[in-house]
Amino acid sequence: MKPLDPRLLRYARSTRGFVIITVLLGVVMAVLVIISARLLSTAIVEVAQGRADLATSIPVLLGLLAIISARAVIAWISEALAYRTSARAKAELREAALDHILTLGPTGPASVDPGRVATLLTRGIDALDAYYARYLPQLFLAMIVPIAVIATVIGFDLVSALIIAITLPIIVVFMILIGLYTRTRVDRQWQTLSRLSGHFLDLIAGLPTLKVLGRAKKQAQAIGDIGDRYRSTTMGVLRVSFLSSFALELLASLSVALVAVTIGVRLVEGGIAFSTALFILILAPEAYLPLRMVGQHFHAAAEGLGAADEVFTLLEQPVPATGDRTDIPARPSVLIEGLTVTYPGRESPALHPTTFTIDPGEVTAVVGPSGGGKSTVLRVLLGLIAPSGGRVLVRGMTAGDGVRDVDLTELAPEHWRTRIGWVPQEPHLVSPATTGATTVADAVRLGRPDASIEDIRAALDAAGVRDEIESLPDGVRTVIGEGGSGLSAGQVRRVALARALIRPVDLLLLDEPTAALDGASEAAVISALRAAAQSGVAVVVVAHRPALIEIADAVVHVGAPDLTERLSPTERELLAAEAQVDRSARGTLTGSGW
Amino acid sequence: MRMWSAMRADRRRLLLAGFLGFLASASAVALLGTSGWLISFAAEMPPVLALGVAAVLVRTFALTRSVFRYAERLVGHDAAFRGLTRLREDVYARLERLAPVGLARFTRGDLLSRLVADVDTALDLPLRVVLPWAQAVAVSVGTVAFLLWLNPGAGVATAIALALGLTLVPWLVARLAARAEARLAPLRGEVSSTVVASLAGSSDLLAYGATGAALQRVRAVDDELTAVARRESASLGVSAGLGIVLQGVAVVAALALAMPAVTSGQLEPVWLAVVALVPLAAYDLLTTLPASALALQRVRASAARVVEVIDSPLPVADPVDRLGPPVAPYAVGVRDLRARWSPDSPLTLHGIDLAVAPGERIGIVGPSGAGKSTLAAVLLGFLSYDGAVVVGGREIREVDGDDLRTCVTLLTQDAHVFDTTIEANLRLGDAHADHDEMLRMLERVGLHSWLEQQPDGLATQVGSGGVTMSGGERQRLALARLLLAHRPIMVFDEPTEHLDPATADALTDVLLEVTEGTSTVLITHRLRDLDRLDRIVVLISGEVVASGTHEELLAEDGWYADRWRAETEQADLAALTASIPAGTAIRRSSR
Repeated sequence: MKPLDPRLLRYARSTRGFVIITVLLGVVMAVLVIISARLLSTAIVEVAQGRADLATSIPVLLGLLAIISARAVIAWISEALAYRTSARAKAELREAALDHILTLGPTGPASVDPGRVATLLTRGIDALDAYYARYLPQLFLAMIVPIAVIATVIGFDLVSALIIAITLPIIVVFMILIGLYTRTRVDRQWQTLSRLSGHFLDLIAGLPTLKVLGRAKKQAQAIGDIGDRYRSTTMGVLRVSFLSSFALELLASLSVALVAVTIGVRLVEGGIAFSTALFILILAPEAYLPLRMVGQHFHAAAEGLGAADEVFTLLEQPVPATGDRTDIPARPSVLIEGLTVTYPGRESPALHPTTFTIDPGEVTAVVGPSGGGKSTVLRVLLGLIAPSGGRVLVRGMTAGDGVRDVDLTELAPEHWRTRIGWVPQEPHLVSPATTGATTVADAVRLGRPDASIEDIRAALDAAGVRDEIESLPDGVRTVIGEGGSGLSAGQVRRVALARALIRPVDLLLLDEPTAALDGASEAAVISALRAAAQSGVAVVVVAHRPALIEIADAVVHVGAPDLTERLSPTERELLAAEAQVDRSARGTLTGSGW
Repeated sequence: MRMWSAMRADRRRLLLAGFLGFLASASAVALLGTSGWLISFAAEMPPVLALGVAAVLVRTFALTRSVFRYAERLVGHDAAFRGLTRLREDVYARLERLAPVGLARFTRGDLLSRLVADVDTALDLPLRVVLPWAQAVAVSVGTVAFLLWLNPGAGVATAIALALGLTLVPWLVARLAARAEARLAPLRGEVSSTVVASLAGSSDLLAYGATGAALQRVRAVDDELTAVARRESASLGVSAGLGIVLQGVAVVAALALAMPAVTSGQLEPVWLAVVALVPLAAYDLLTTLPASALALQRVRASAARVVEVIDSPLPVADPVDRLGPPVAPYAVGVRDLRARWSPDSPLTLHGIDLAVAPGERIGIVGPSGAGKSTLAAVLLGFLSYDGAVVVGGREIREVDGDDLRTCVTLLTQDAHVFDTTIEANLRLGDAHADHDEMLRMLERVGLHSWLEQQPDGLATQVGSGGVTMSGGERQRLALARLLLAHRPIMVFDEPTEHLDPATADALTDVLLEVTEGTSTVLITHRLRDLDRLDRIVVLISGEVVASGTHEELLAEDGWYADRWRAETEQADLAALTASIPAGTAIRRSSR
């Protein structure tokens, strides 16, 4: 762990000023510590040697109180400042990370594990409080105070200065050595440990299963056994990991003892003044104190820095380059050629090679097994996911002096997306507004920000949900909670459909738009899609219901090629005929031209 | 504080740790005190040899301070972990009686975090609260007693400062922190939910070009949070300053009160440095107390969360008459069964009748929320009920739950696969099963070829929650485990939920094959293959609306027939899909 990660200064800018001020406060603090030691020793020595009594000592004592109060105020300011900085820095990191995640899009870290990212950006970086408020100030003090103490002591007594100057680096070296020596051992034991602590979790999670099998009571004993092993392993780790703080304490107290004893001997010989001796004795422990504090807060700080480190890793993921062409023709055809997608870190492709054309005024149905890549096709068309192989061509773009097919990656994605209405499988109803609660009207207005309330009602009508929404107490102004709570799953989908239908688009991409709908609502949605196609929009719909196939002009099968792909043409023909027979026997899809 | 009683289990070790800690703390105070005396005495220029004892003491205290501290930490942690084990045993014993129905009101993640993370927080009680406080009190008392003997004025001054440091400062710091937290927590929650909403809806935001608005939304709530955090920072930072002031005042006051005694000759001058340095060192021990006051708050909050779980009402009462386990023939008879999921929720079963003859297999189907899982919970003795439920000749409310479950068993959609070997997982079904028997069972459930791919055969580790296995393989392993237990009545509650259609079909097939001849209740909402059952019961809104064979129900044209048509449509769609080569399109031939 780097004590002060330079990336923290880069990404959380408020840290810079904080570091400077904290160093300055540290210097002032060191001076005050030295002055108060001097005043305290003077007060004691003058009275002990009979040169002063309480009355004459009052100015010194008052001065001492003043200096101590100043120390308290500085400690207070420094910690309060740390909490302020920490709050600001956390907000800066959070916003930068969120911005970057949204730019990276759905193949970025958020899609891999959204729960983990959300935890990191909220509770995770909250651990930075301890880093800013406790660790960082002590770290600076640990660099400033010892130097100031040694520099002061040199002026009074070279031997004591040497003892401190030699033992301090020894302590640091020792701690590093012990840390290095014990690290692999500790790491190994931590692994055993996390396995053991996982056992308890496993038992709790599996309790219903154990009970069904009549094993639950017997496992109680296992908890005791596991607990004993957990404890003995933990103690093994702790015996080692407590060593470094043991070494720190031991060396620090021994050096103070050494200073005290050598000064005492030289006092007897008259080699040093009483006041100097006491001054050094009071000052010497102060040189070691910040170092001990750093050790004490190391773990809490490491947690915060660990979270920050994860945020930095996230921030350093490169943003993929995007195209910039905006001269997209009206109502283009789109050609999908051998398109494949393999998500980073996965072996098997999410989308196997797929070829088809999307034409304006037509409904294209996408079918295939779940997990076969149907939703992935829509996301590629939206420009949310980059193809791993094959191409997506937009036809009719101008190139030089002619007209040509242009790859989707050359288009400016935000411009391209204004031409698309999309209904994902699990829509999230979000608002285009920057503040306030999200209403149904806001959620629809996302599709067309200048839409009037009448346009919104019409779109809800087309999506077959207007009556249901208007029967709610607040109608279209019904506030929807996180993820659309307050509406049923079917209503969320149809509001999302209204959001897509209200958008003046060339292309509608719909992922199972009639799932969770009853027959009447499904019919309304289907007629809305047909109307859109008739007005010249290209409609691509992931279909899981035969009713959607019936309005389709083309059907694409998206999925892994199975055995049939390796068959001879005759065999394939035979299979297709069989399927045809099978279908006619079942009946629902016959007579619709397939 | 109930958690404390378990943590106190190892009182002797804890006392030893406290004593060692006291010695360490006392050594720290004595080190500075003796050093001060040594130097003051040396200033009077005695013979060097006269310094000998003091010099040895100084070095000894330097040594004992760190050695005793190290020992204290080891003994203290050992005692704390022993207490933790006891606490876990207590919690588990209570949970064993509650699971699964009594715990249903907690989500799985919430429950695990309460029972694992919150229980672990109990470690802080001895380590970060009790031991530091006990030592601080003991050393304060010793210091004050010593100073009172030396100089009453200095003693009283130190006593006041230490008493404030032991009580007022930690209380104030904890109070301020709690106040700040009360103001910050709701805003933090708002930031968190805004971030989560933006992340969850990131695709929608991108597709509709609204990421900027979402970012501004987060920024706005974050600004509010930061503003409140700035206001609260002053009170959060106050603990550092308070300690320094009290320590300083104690030292100056002790010194001022002892000075006249030195001047008047009542106190030897060598002791003046001791009077100043001892309170200085003693107060150092109090600097961790504000943190331990905060730790106490945390422990209390965690304890409250754990107690809320383990004090949940028991879902079934203990039997009064205690009949023995059910006896052959193993028939199930249900009459006028009424049951609710928890005492304060509405009835989910409104008086249903049901009979399963020995060896008969029936299906229970119906929409979600029909009360199917409630029925399963009653049959397994997990839930109390009104009406009559007779299994193997016994009214099950009068049978001990464990006895009942030697006869009836259950496979749910989320049967747990334990993080151990395949063999150990199977052994939970039958502790004495031999390898041949296990292999036979794995073969029956269709896991034979899967087992052959496993590197260590039966000794292969399956990982946490069976992560190395697919959903279908997990359910099959759980089924094999259940079959090894040889229970005469088997209940299946949506065993294929969460599986893709092909895997679900295959599992249903295996399941129907292995239960041939066993009394079986199969609860499901998928109708495929149900024609292989003896009888099917349609349950809607807690009532039996129809019952009969597959053919009879199809003829009736009710929920079953509707549902069957919908499933057939899906099969049609699959057939159409299969006729198109993957990755290509076909166009409509005619309209």
